[in-house]
Amino acid sequence: MEPINKVTSVITPLDRKNVDTDQIISKEFLKRIERTGFGKYLFYHWRFDEKGNENADFVLNKPEYKGSQILVAQDNFGCGSSREHAPWAILDYGFRVVIAPSFADIFHNNCFKNGILPIKLTEAQCDEILAKGMKTPYSVDVNLQDQTVTGEDGKVYSFNIDPYYKEMLLNGWDEISLTFKYEEQIAQYEAKRIAF
Amino acid sequence: MGKNIIEKIWDTHVVHHEEGKPDLLYIDLHLIHEVTSPQAFEGLRLAGRKVRRPDLCFATMDHNVPTKNLPTINDPIAKKQITTLADNAKEFGIQLADIGHPDQGIVHVIGPELGLTQPGKTIVCGDSHTSTHGAFGALAFGIGTSEVEHVLSTQTLWQNKPKTMEIRVNGKLGVGVAAKDIILAIIAKWGIGVGTGHIVEFTGEAIRSLTMEERMTICNMSIEAGAKAGLISPDETTVDFIKGRRFAPKDEKFEEASNYWLSLASDSDATYDVVLEIDADEIEPIVTWGTNPSMGTGVSKTVPTAADYESESDKHALRKALEYMGLEEGQPIESIDIQHVFIGSCTNSRLSDLRTAATIVKGKKLHPGVRGIVVPGSWSTKKAAEEEGLDQIFLEAGFEWRESGCSACLGMNEDTIPSGERCASTSNRNFEGRQGAGARTHLVSPAMAAAAAIEGHFVDVRKYVKQAQEV
Repeated sequence: MEPINKVTSVITPLDRKNVDTDQIISKEFLKRIERTGFGKYLFYHWRFDEKGNENADFVLNKPEYKGSQILVAQDNFGCGSSREHAPWAILDYGFRVVIAPSFADIFHNNCFKNGILPIKLTEAQCDEILAKGMKTPYSVDVNLQDQTVTGEDGKVYSFNIDPYYKEMLLNGWDEISLTFKYEEQIAQYEAKRIAF
Repeated sequence: MGKNIIEKIWDTHVVHHEEGKPDLLYIDLHLIHEVTSPQAFEGLRLAGRKVRRPDLCFATMDHNVPTKNLPTINDPIAKKQITTLADNAKEFGIQLADIGHPDQGIVHVIGPELGLTQPGKTIVCGDSHTSTHGAFGALAFGIGTSEVEHVLSTQTLWQNKPKTMEIRVNGKLGVGVAAKDIILAIIAKWGIGVGTGHIVEFTGEAIRSLTMEERMTICNMSIEAGAKAGLISPDETTVDFIKGRRFAPKDEKFEEASNYWLSLASDSDATYDVVLEIDADEIEPIVTWGTNPSMGTGVSKTVPTAADYESESDKHALRKALEYMGLEEGQPIESIDIQHVFIGSCTNSRLSDLRTAATIVKGKKLHPGVRGIVVPGSWSTKKAAEEEGLDQIFLEAGFEWRESGCSACLGMNEDTIPSGERCASTSNRNFEGRQGAGARTHLVSPAMAAAAAIEGHFVDVRKYVKQAQEV
């Protein structure tokens, strides 16, 4: 996967909580057997009406947010289905960072496997960034090494991240290759494993 | 100090532990289906890797499969996905219950049926409802496709140890109130994020008295409370269920296994990071009115109003949900008319679910304007139901009797609900568009779905049950 450290972009404010993975990528697009090409289906039923025309009100369709690489949302982002097609769609659309007060566990894990940086800020901080971004386009610098999000107005938001996943994202490591280094331990475990 | 079952299972599966890193956990059983696996197998091929333990994998087709006119699959993209799994299973030497095979069914229905699901195992699948297997005292959780690939090639996963949570359900459940109502009540009470970052153990008198199928319904929807996994300590009910199943240990080995399984139950002095309690006798049949599983209330109640919520964002979420659902604030739940009934899904498609629904519809007819489908969770569930004549009860009432699969729970196949129409569904998610673009889903128990099918709107099924008892 692509390493990630610094991202500078206008934020896309998605002012919703409990955004589930069914909304991120709807089931009719899960039949493909590739990892790529899901971006055009991201938030499909929010982006398009029943005839396939763009909903002008939906944030992704507003010209001021086109090309944004940072999505900001509310609590419990990515809940529901485990489908990794959700982070694939987010990445393929062009986002590299998702900021929210909390993420559902499976989605959160899936981000790290795909070079997407999920950043947890407090609800108050997310509210503040969303409010700024909804008023006028608001650009931020994300720096994973320093664990900061710095607004164009100079406001700095610090975030915590698991050091293991930070390392993975900074280096773009393939986790399976890393795990192969423990092959001997896995074999030893298998030899004494409880199994009936 | 004693240990809870979560700690016991975790500790026996750590292959490698190191400060500042997640634990490397061994995986005992990897269940596979057609939708979340093709990219993982492709990853193996591109990297020239093998499946480390094909003997610990088991695959089936469920999400995509048509539930009528088999073996024809009209959708070419779905067909491609299905043949891809068949090819991958063959190439990598993995057992497959293909369409038409007597073991085929929803992955979370067949695992327990075949005896693959056992206490103390770590079980994963590229499907969030893997939590179902926790009913047996297994540590079972859903994973993404990259993790599927990781398990295929290493039989392990890097996992941070989640926090532990006990949800204690005290007292006895009322007549006509189902396991589904317990889990919907829990989610309605504490919200869909309450379990995030936690593994939940369900305990208490009401849980102990449940059958294995009912326990599966509860654990199945622990993901709808955001939990990493949900489980129930094994007891004699668990052991009895497993005995004699195809992949269960036999004879002396079974005795040895069952002693081990029972020893996994949480110690009486075990502690948890969080403890929540709910009384079973305060739970009534639940109907969801909104667009996530926490938006539910008792059938005797009304749809909430904005005044019921404090924060602006909650008021906003209510309005958005009601707009999508086509409901009014304060509307009585029993006044909601339905056009569709779906009895099925990994939550409620087992034999006991079908029996419960059949008891309600027996000798009655679907309400005019209501279309009902019954989709057994597996080929063998279907067979068993037919041997009891349940299919005839449903067919005589006007339901369609289908082949097994995930079906209208997520509508990946042709079983979808038209835009703007309402479905009483025994499935697990009422997200926008879940059962079809614009479809309106109300989550209920099998008994509640059956009663709604007859009446054309939601009714308190406890009235039906009382009538049946008086007769």
